[in-house]
Amino acid sequence: MDLFVAIFTGTVIAATPLIFAALGELVVEKSGVLNLGIEGMMLVGAAFAFWAVVAGLPMPLAILAGALAGAAASLLFGVLALTFLTNQYAAGLALAIFGSGVSAFLGRNFGSEPIDGLKPLAIPLLSDIPVLGPLLFRYDPLVYLAILSFVAIAWFLSRTKGGLILRTIGESPEIAHAIGYPVVKIRYWAVLFGGLMAGLGGAYLSVAYTPLWVENMTAGKGWIALALVVFATWRAYRVLLGAWLFGGMTILQLQGQALGLAVPSELLSALPYLATIVVLVIISQNRQMLAEHFPASLAKPFRPTV
Amino acid sequence: MAAKRSEGVGRGRAQPWQRMSSTAAATPPRLAPLASLGSLVDPPLKGEGFAGRGAPLVRGQEEARTQPMTPRLELRNISKRYPGVLANDDISLAIMPGEIHAVLGENGAGKSTLMKIIYGAAQADSGEIYCDGKLIQDHNPAVSRALGVEMVYQHFALFESVTVAENIALCLRGPFDRRALSSRIVELSQRYGMPIDPARKVHELSVGERQRVEIVRCLLQNPKLLILDEPTSVLTPQAVSKLFETLRQLAAEGCSILYISHKLDEVQQLCDSATVLRNGRVTGTAKPKETTSLELARMMVGSNLPHMNVTPSNLSDGPVLEVRDLSAESRSHHGVNLRDVSFEVFGGEIVGIAGVSGNGQAELISLLSGERTHKRVEAIRIGGKDAGRLHANARRRLGMTFVPEERLGRGAVPSHTLWENALLTGNRAGLVRSGFVDRGRAVAFAKNIIERFGVKANGPEAAAQSLSGGNLQKYIVGREIVLAPKLLLVSQPTWGVDVGAAAFIRQTLVDLSRAGAAVLVVSEELDELFEICDRLLVICQGRVSPPLMRAETNREEVGLLMTRLGTATSEKSGLALQD
Amino acid sequence: MRYRIERRPEPSALMRVAAPAIATLLTIIVGSVFFAVLGYDPLATLNAFFVEPVSSLNGLSELLLKASPLILIACGLAVGFRANVWNIGAEGQLIIGAIAACGVGLFYPDPESFLLLPLMLIAGAVAGMAWAAIPAFLRARMNTNEILVTLMLTYIATLLLSWLVHGPWRDPAGFNYPQTALLPGAAMFEPFDYSYRLNSSIFITVIAVVAMWLFADRSFLGYKLSVSGAAPLAARYAGFRESSAVWTGLLAGGAAAGLAGMAELSGPLGQLSPQISPGYGFAAIIVAFVGRLNAFGIVLGGLLLSLLFLGGEAVQMSLGLPSALTRIFQGILLFFLLAADFFIFYRLRRLAEHA
Repeated sequence: MDLFVAIFTGTVIAATPLIFAALGELVVEKSGVLNLGIEGMMLVGAAFAFWAVVAGLPMPLAILAGALAGAAASLLFGVLALTFLTNQYAAGLALAIFGSGVSAFLGRNFGSEPIDGLKPLAIPLLSDIPVLGPLLFRYDPLVYLAILSFVAIAWFLSRTKGGLILRTIGESPEIAHAIGYPVVKIRYWAVLFGGLMAGLGGAYLSVAYTPLWVENMTAGKGWIALALVVFATWRAYRVLLGAWLFGGMTILQLQGQALGLAVPSELLSALPYLATIVVLVIISQNRQMLAEHFPASLAKPFRPTV
Repeated sequence: MAAKRSEGVGRGRAQPWQRMSSTAAATPPRLAPLASLGSLVDPPLKGEGFAGRGAPLVRGQEEARTQPMTPRLELRNISKRYPGVLANDDISLAIMPGEIHAVLGENGAGKSTLMKIIYGAAQADSGEIYCDGKLIQDHNPAVSRALGVEMVYQHFALFESVTVAENIALCLRGPFDRRALSSRIVELSQRYGMPIDPARKVHELSVGERQRVEIVRCLLQNPKLLILDEPTSVLTPQAVSKLFETLRQLAAEGCSILYISHKLDEVQQLCDSATVLRNGRVTGTAKPKETTSLELARMMVGSNLPHMNVTPSNLSDGPVLEVRDLSAESRSHHGVNLRDVSFEVFGGEIVGIAGVSGNGQAELISLLSGERTHKRVEAIRIGGKDAGRLHANARRRLGMTFVPEERLGRGAVPSHTLWENALLTGNRAGLVRSGFVDRGRAVAFAKNIIERFGVKANGPEAAAQSLSGGNLQKYIVGREIVLAPKLLLVSQPTWGVDVGAAAFIRQTLVDLSRAGAAVLVVSEELDELFEICDRLLVICQGRVSPPLMRAETNREEVGLLMTRLGTATSEKSGLALQD
Repeated sequence: MRYRIERRPEPSALMRVAAPAIATLLTIIVGSVFFAVLGYDPLATLNAFFVEPVSSLNGLSELLLKASPLILIACGLAVGFRANVWNIGAEGQLIIGAIAACGVGLFYPDPESFLLLPLMLIAGAVAGMAWAAIPAFLRARMNTNEILVTLMLTYIATLLLSWLVHGPWRDPAGFNYPQTALLPGAAMFEPFDYSYRLNSSIFITVIAVVAMWLFADRSFLGYKLSVSGAAPLAARYAGFRESSAVWTGLLAGGAAAGLAGMAELSGPLGQLSPQISPGYGFAAIIVAFVGRLNAFGIVLGGLLLSLLFLGGEAVQMSLGLPSALTRIFQGILLFFLLAADFFIFYRLRRLAEHA
């Protein structure tokens, strides 16, 4: 039973940074923009949040700092991709490399000591319910924020006019422009939002999940988040499912290492990456499903002709 | 009237009835049919939309009442230059309330640019636009809509993946109340005889239905001026007359209509007045109903009207292209499935495929060209050989060449030079030797095409994207013809091509067929098909009709086939709804 | 005064050449501002970063030594990039190439054999290609995005390397360091001069550059790939198979990266350890772009990025700044280059004021 609780809660926690980053990217991609730089934005967010904690800022402000740093990093991508019409693959890669450099530079003096990380928040009364309490109501606040942002984004995309506008811009920026929507401006906001969420995901890693600083601590989570959006075939609820799936994979793999399975730990560590490939292959077989919610203008530069 | 609007804004919001009554003051007949829509019609000025954008959009005299002689819309000296072309040169025109005014001109005359400028989707370099006597400043589409100017685009501005109601909601201000909007759509579309279902997704609609969505979308805004850009290019003859009824009804209610077209007969049928454009300039104004076609055509085209020379055909013994029971699922998300398509094309003849676009032409042509293969080898035979599974390259080896409808990005690589684009399909004509490109020969090959087909280009080193549509089309047609095909497939040979080049291209196709090649032409333009084809096939919802001899059929018969062919078994009701 | 950005009627040939130079200049300017903000004398730091590392013969040897794998990999990657095939896992292919070559070097029965080096060369190239064949197969046959697959395979390759050097291949006499035994002499490239590390493996790079030039600029296959990249529908129209572009692009990158991994192993390193590459596989992506996917441009780009690596190491030693600076400069350089590219196709035009 304890093992089950550990695996369940571990999964939810491990999925949290992925949920933030992948939901952010979902919004970006829905607007027709492909930002490959999630890994860089997460690292920048992680480094800035950690730095803010070390500098003595209160935890909420530190997390905010991480989120804002992610957004600032995404702005670099936004200027290139949206104003300078750069190849979005290349601009995203540049951001990934740049972000890892900036975070490593910033983290040079952080040392290897853990900090006093974000504490779980036992929700009064609810957390005392047997079984359900420990399973559902004893997480840190960011875990709940991740779930809340899922609800908000799912609702925004499918139920609001704003979401409709965002989706249709992703389908055809030309038409959206022709009927009078400020395509580039809206895409900028989407990109910034994606950066904010990636920054949050990174901040979660450094100030809540570990909580210590390790260079390149995202270890590919930004890329997995990118894969999750494809896996989710651009639907919010499947992003959530996918993140939990990968969170579960991470935890099982850690549990396996802890139990001292006869398999080398490196090979167990490779499982999430392998799983990403397998999942991508499976989902790619269903072209119909991929096409249904695919933002048709994804990664195509758009510039209004005036 | 505009000042009246401003007052309304000043008080916070304009009520629908205010706008109604002011419209009615200017144009009484409008009131009756639309007044009952009062609560349904979204006031374009509601809320922040108008005032919230800050800048004063309409400036001018304080006089609120529109004098009867103030034009609904007036353009003064509009000019617009794009790199390399003067698209609009000093254009002026005026439209009265309730008038149907044509802007007539050939492809490339600058009509579409002018419409975008009027609507605010593009900015003029110089010149002024007045709406009801007031100068429009800081123009953009939102300003237009606030002024009651609406536009139906030639290639519809509809999003495929969302519903009719959602598409329409995107053009209205304020939050989206699905249920209320849906009932408004149903009511309005029925009033004008254009039934549409607001809950359907646009990709399920036929082209005619999409146009209805566009028009209903405009009507919901209660427009004072409706702009239609080549609205009939995708309609069957029957749907065209239906559309004209609707437009006349609208005009009678006081709505001004700006009708952009290059089709003389339609303009003569429908329009009260016309402004004719050529090469970006106004070449004349006319009352089309009182002017002969010849006079109008002269204004449009200039001095000499091209003349076609079509000699009788002399067929080969066996068919060069045979298609037998070809069925295929569409690969694109919003495409049409082909069902049991069979026909043949002989050497020496031109066979045309007529039909409203989006009825399976794209699927058929990509299967014929080998861009897509078919698992039944014998479904397609070229020159007597089974070709279903052959890729484009292998089919070309059998003597097929192909001119696709998209020039940039399919028929040619936009960023590549003309000589590089010659290699695209000309590589088998000795331009590649032991795996390496022979630049000298490729350049000579390109030069030959440029000279022989009169392509206006800056030599073989010019980038494909630097050529005008007509010249690039001549280059691509030239490249495919120089390869001496036994079978030439051509899709939309004269789309967006000016009249001289179009005539040249058509004549070239005729000459090629008379020299013994089999030519298959897919086109939306019935006129074109009737001009050059020996036999006609009609495609509708993935089915192809039996062949019709050109000399023994007529537009009406073809038009009926264009709408009826697939309906018996089709889930898509298409245009049959309104017949 | 109002300006408007408009498309040029023809792309600017001048800007095409000038953009990398402008981007480099801007990177240096931003770099000096950055150093100044950190409280270092910008001129001295720039000197330490960009000039000192190459002001000795040894420095030049190091410059070429580091430029060689960058150029080699970038040539391979550029083949794919021209066809819009996004292999960003060259780092993984490099690692696998090195592992395979090392396996041959360690376990070939005759460590003195003159065949050893050629066999390792082949093993490296084939292993790199095999690693790249996975995404190629998945993209060509299974419709799977190659960006993510190549990247995930890089993480897997890193872990595989880590496992080998911590486990089965660890040198028993190596004081428990995670590294293999030193390779025999016959498995190593000969240095030109034993005082410096530059060795004959640079000829592989020279051959690759020439091959890349012939392939991209002269061959019909290269032409077909560039059509696939610039206009996929035109490639399909002409009957050029997309899958062949995918295979060619990925295998070229894999072979080049595998060779580079082998050359690192048989050159400066001499044994396998987790630090096989300081990120050559990723930096080579930037080299390919800076070099405009063109063979000779790639040579210049490779030298520039190599200098960034050297400079990063130099300021780490002399000023105690972290070598992460290298990645920051790489990112900034690519940012500026991409932005400068915009002006190849667009220009600023002053508008006449109108009333």
